[in-house]
Amino acid sequence: MAITRRQARALLLTPAGLWYAALLLLPLAVVLIFSFGERSPIGGYAPGFTLEQYANLPSRFAAFRNTLTLAPLGTVAALLIAYPLAYFLALRVDPKWKTLLLVLVIVPFWTSILIRSYAWIFLLGGKGIPALLAQFGLEDIRLLNTPFAVLLGIVYGYLPLMVFPIYVALEKLDKRLLEAAADLGTPPWRSFLQITLPLSMPGVLTGSMLVFILLMGEFLIPSILGGGKVFFIGNAMVDLFLQSRNWAFGSAVAVALVVIMLITVAIYSRLIKRFGASRDDVGLM
Amino acid sequence: MTKEPLSTDATTQVRAGDTIAEFVSTSKQYGAVLAADRLSLRIRRGEFLSFLGPSGCGKTTALRMLAGFESPTDGGVLIDRKDVSKVPAYKRPVNMVFQQYALFPHMTVAQNVGYGLRQQRPRMPKAEIAAKVQKALATVRLEAFGPRRIWEMSGGQQQRVALARAIVNEPKILLLDEPMAALDAKLRSEMQHELLALQRSLGITFVLVTHDQEEALAMSDRICIMGKGRIAQVGTPQDLYDRPRSRYVADFVGKANILEAQLTRVQGDTGTATLANGIAVHPQVFAGDTAPRKAEIAIRPEVLSLAAAGAPLPEGTAALPARITHRTFLGDHTEYLLVAEGIGPLQVNVPRQAERVLGGHDVEAMVQILWPAGTGLVLAAEATTA
Repeated sequence: MAITRRQARALLLTPAGLWYAALLLLPLAVVLIFSFGERSPIGGYAPGFTLEQYANLPSRFAAFRNTLTLAPLGTVAALLIAYPLAYFLALRVDPKWKTLLLVLVIVPFWTSILIRSYAWIFLLGGKGIPALLAQFGLEDIRLLNTPFAVLLGIVYGYLPLMVFPIYVALEKLDKRLLEAAADLGTPPWRSFLQITLPLSMPGVLTGSMLVFILLMGEFLIPSILGGGKVFFIGNAMVDLFLQSRNWAFGSAVAVALVVIMLITVAIYSRLIKRFGASRDDVGLM
Repeated sequence: MTKEPLSTDATTQVRAGDTIAEFVSTSKQYGAVLAADRLSLRIRRGEFLSFLGPSGCGKTTALRMLAGFESPTDGGVLIDRKDVSKVPAYKRPVNMVFQQYALFPHMTVAQNVGYGLRQQRPRMPKAEIAAKVQKALATVRLEAFGPRRIWEMSGGQQQRVALARAIVNEPKILLLDEPMAALDAKLRSEMQHELLALQRSLGITFVLVTHDQEEALAMSDRICIMGKGRIAQVGTPQDLYDRPRSRYVADFVGKANILEAQLTRVQGDTGTATLANGIAVHPQVFAGDTAPRKAEIAIRPEVLSLAAAGAPLPEGTAALPARITHRTFLGDHTEYLLVAEGIGPLQVNVPRQAERVLGGHDVEAMVQILWPAGTGLVLAAEATTA
């Protein structure tokens, strides 16, 4: 039986289409509807149409503040650590060590983030680094359950996601462009700013976006290393849906998060257009 | 002002005067590989010099040492009589047109061309940069393309942009690394003419690296033929074609028949040599050559001619009996491949006009190869033994 191009295309898209409809669009629609409803007296959801839940958002100000400061901060910190590492791996390291070093970057992923985060509890806890610092006379330094601990945890957890896109961008950078720049009178540090950095921007933007989006929805690391003191929007939602069973308010928080994400992605694609205009291989999104 | 001693090589005559750059016994070693082996060469101000050789012969290494991308492991590189061996590329007064051009993909055509000018410190005024960029674009006939993106340009256009990006800086030497390799044949020949015209009008010294002998012959004032990291011979295209010192050069520039012989006598610039089949010929010799010795004689296919077996010979002409194995008609000339008795395969090119008058020859026919006295060249002794 012959099938037309049109039918073939429809067939190819059906599995993914159903997947997205059932697991993305439908839940989103449900969340959107819930967000205009009310909490039923026994918990869960009661139908209604009210903006009360949205008006109530400021009560979760701390979660939004923490997320909207620590997610960008974590992204920037990861970028500042990842860029030099990716640069070293792509441009400086002896090729025979390259594969080994790249594997070392991924190795942490072989262990669950849960276990790795628990390891940090010990390191940052009273008997860990603070005890060590006390030896040097730096008494009473608290690390665990601080914004710093959460920042450390998220940078640690998400660093490889930042390293790889930047590494790929730098790896495929035509090294002769740097020679051309030198030939035309550019000292090395200036050719980094004029050639290497702009041409690796697609990698920087992709890595930043990956990390930022995941950080915005993060709840595991703040709950482990923040000890209930430094909580994200994700923790607020866990709390609202599972503890206080206020599905309507939880939905409103979720919708607010989605809106913030959409705005960020819009800004991102603007940037990509500007920096990536010269390349046809931009980004993941 | 001190005067630079002129080259003692009297056979080469170029327009240009003094030395602008010089390799002084320059070597470059990568691990165990000697990419450049004691190069000594003077590049004259205003000349068009080509490094010619197969891949891996060291020509690119030589160019990169001039540009400053490689520093010699031994010996020196001089530009304008200053040793620049330790001077980084960005401080050297030379510019390069890269193979595949290496244009900046995130900049427009005009930004690419103006890049070098924008690097100058103290800064050049913007208006001046714009004017120079426009002038350089006009020189390569791309006036209207300044705002274009690089990927909107064809291969030939990109190559012009690369050229403009280099010449806008008015370098003392323009380096060209196989710039025509990526172009199709027609575009390449156009570009060759343009480059030549540009070099004449700008008066800048051009140093070209190429593996294409026709390109080198067509464009260069002088050619430096390289092999295995060494300079095999330097000379004008005619010089290299007419008086190759070694088999390597004779083979690389044009086609040559190489024959083993015993050099029995040298008299002035002519010698007497006995070929393997016992026939004596009278080729040219290099000054200072001595007999007797074993020698190799190079003779171009177009110098030899053919005559029917038994035909009377002109005075002083040697005749080698031979059988024709292939005949290829190529328009302006016909290429004959023959096996000469006691010698082996030889090639003879007969001009169309001669064939029209004297008639052609058939494959398998027995003929005489005519070798006029005073033609052919006994290759230099040191080159034969090497």
